[in-house]
Amino acid sequence: MPQLRMTGRGLWITVLIVPPLAFVALFIVYPILSAFAYAFFDWQGLRRLDFVGLENFHTVLFVEPYRSWTLNAFRNNVIVFFALMVLQNGLGFLLAYALWRELPGARFHRIAVFLPVVLSTIIVAYLFKLFYHPLFGVVNITLKSIGLGWLAQPWLGQGGTALWALIVAQAWHMVGFPTLVFLAGMQRIPGEILDAARMETESEWVKITKIVWPLVAPSATIVFTLLFVGAFNWFELPYIMAGLDGSPFGSTDVLGLYFYRTAFGNVSAGQQDFGLGSALAVLIFLFIAAIATVITVRLRAREIQL
Amino acid sequence: MSAAADNAYYQRRGILGTLGRDGLLQIILIANTIIMLAPIIIMVFSAFKTTPQIFQSPFSLPDFSHIGNFVKIWTETNFLRYLLNSFVVTGASMVLILTLGTMAAYAIGRYQFTGSGFILMFFLAGLTLPLKLAIIPLFMLMRDLSILNNQLSLIFVYTAMGLPTTVFIMTGFIRTLPNELEDAARMDGASEARIMWSIMLPLVRPAMVIAGIQNVVPIWNDFFFPLVFIQNDNLKTLPQGLTTFMGEYTTDWGVLFAGLTLSAAPIILIYIVLSKQFIAGMTSGAVK
Repeated sequence: MPQLRMTGRGLWITVLIVPPLAFVALFIVYPILSAFAYAFFDWQGLRRLDFVGLENFHTVLFVEPYRSWTLNAFRNNVIVFFALMVLQNGLGFLLAYALWRELPGARFHRIAVFLPVVLSTIIVAYLFKLFYHPLFGVVNITLKSIGLGWLAQPWLGQGGTALWALIVAQAWHMVGFPTLVFLAGMQRIPGEILDAARMETESEWVKITKIVWPLVAPSATIVFTLLFVGAFNWFELPYIMAGLDGSPFGSTDVLGLYFYRTAFGNVSAGQQDFGLGSALAVLIFLFIAAIATVITVRLRAREIQL
Repeated sequence: MSAAADNAYYQRRGILGTLGRDGLLQIILIANTIIMLAPIIIMVFSAFKTTPQIFQSPFSLPDFSHIGNFVKIWTETNFLRYLLNSFVVTGASMVLILTLGTMAAYAIGRYQFTGSGFILMFFLAGLTLPLKLAIIPLFMLMRDLSILNNQLSLIFVYTAMGLPTTVFIMTGFIRTLPNELEDAARMDGASEARIMWSIMLPLVRPAMVIAGIQNVVPIWNDFFFPLVFIQNDNLKTLPQGLTTFMGEYTTDWGVLFAGLTLSAAPIILIYIVLSKQFIAGMTSGAVK
């Protein structure tokens, strides 16, 4: 009887665990492992040809024009990451600190700041594309109506401002996320620590930098890592607002667009190339994994256990 | 914080100093809320205006009885079809995610067996991997399964993507449930399946809500996978259909804003009702 019971139980566990495992194995693990394998072959359309070793990697890193495209897209991703670090995470921290005071209306402000986060990126991207329209967009109309008409410009149409216009739209979309993660971190700070801090210092600045900031370090670790992964995977918003080529003239080209364009082709680049596309995917993947690990380990080290 | 400490603090600092600091923070919050809401309000207002009205006075209150733009969308476009498709794909994915996720979490969290730690690690590995970068092999896989241009491709990918977070959240929760009920039922000779279904499942509903919300928003909003897998206009989901629609009506801004408003409306309305659950669910991965 105990023997029978054990096997019955083993069968029951197998029934529970195998279907979900199969989904993850087939649709996540297998494709990711395959992406590594694909990068070592020559491809013609959907047909796999010869094994070419590291040639695809060599091409995207060192052979023109791929080399410049890769560098340009990478550089833009770096700009996006650091800009969002300030606009999204920095502002998020400030807003969280303000919300934490539980001033009148805090509940309403909290709901408002998170509202854009639930919207589809596609809606946000089109909305801001209309707002940035050179003639009829609200941005330029507002500038003209308050006497700053000389500042009005084709925000998405010129290399100097296009990427920044996208970054502002992205920050508007997502600032609520770090805000509420930081807020949850601040709410976990024990009251005694805050009382003690108030007795010690008058300065708001000292309290923020010496007490609050170190104590929300676990929130910072997560928010920084997620922003890093997100910034180097950026695709939807530039795809809708600037197009697959990162117009104008590649000024908004990022690795996500470049990878997609290389893999699946587009009007101007023509041919699709799964080999070069996979090599790019593997490089982006390794870069994200390496830096995200470093960020997590470095930031974890400064977290304080309460 | 204690009242005594508060009093001492206010006395030392002075009521004006406190008001000044809080006033500044309040101004920051109000300014930010205006910035957060203004684009959405302009979008909704513009949906009730004609294109010339939008160009001339983008901020004015519209005549809310003017619903010509919505009528146009209703009668001239595939919009309802996209909306329906989004409901079908999201609904099917959520049913699969919650069913399979609970099964795995229950097995890992409730039974001790060899390899359970490894299996949990296997699921967790899926948490951090950006699946977008595996889109080429996924495309080939869907082709080999003959489900390109078929919503099953989306449902399968979303299910696989949703499982890691769901297993993570649910396993942690299921482990905290007490053993007594389960043991008592086992003594009475209830089968394992019966124990899970009748006794344990009713208890895990709160975790299911959190896991559900965390997954439903990204799935409902996803654009990337339909972009690669779906070509047929009748199968497109809402965000993807929106790109078709925006391309067709480029000069009719009233209709464009109405389309954006209609696309945003379902999730905004649900969010306003369930904001607490939404915030808890969507940040649950990042808040320990």
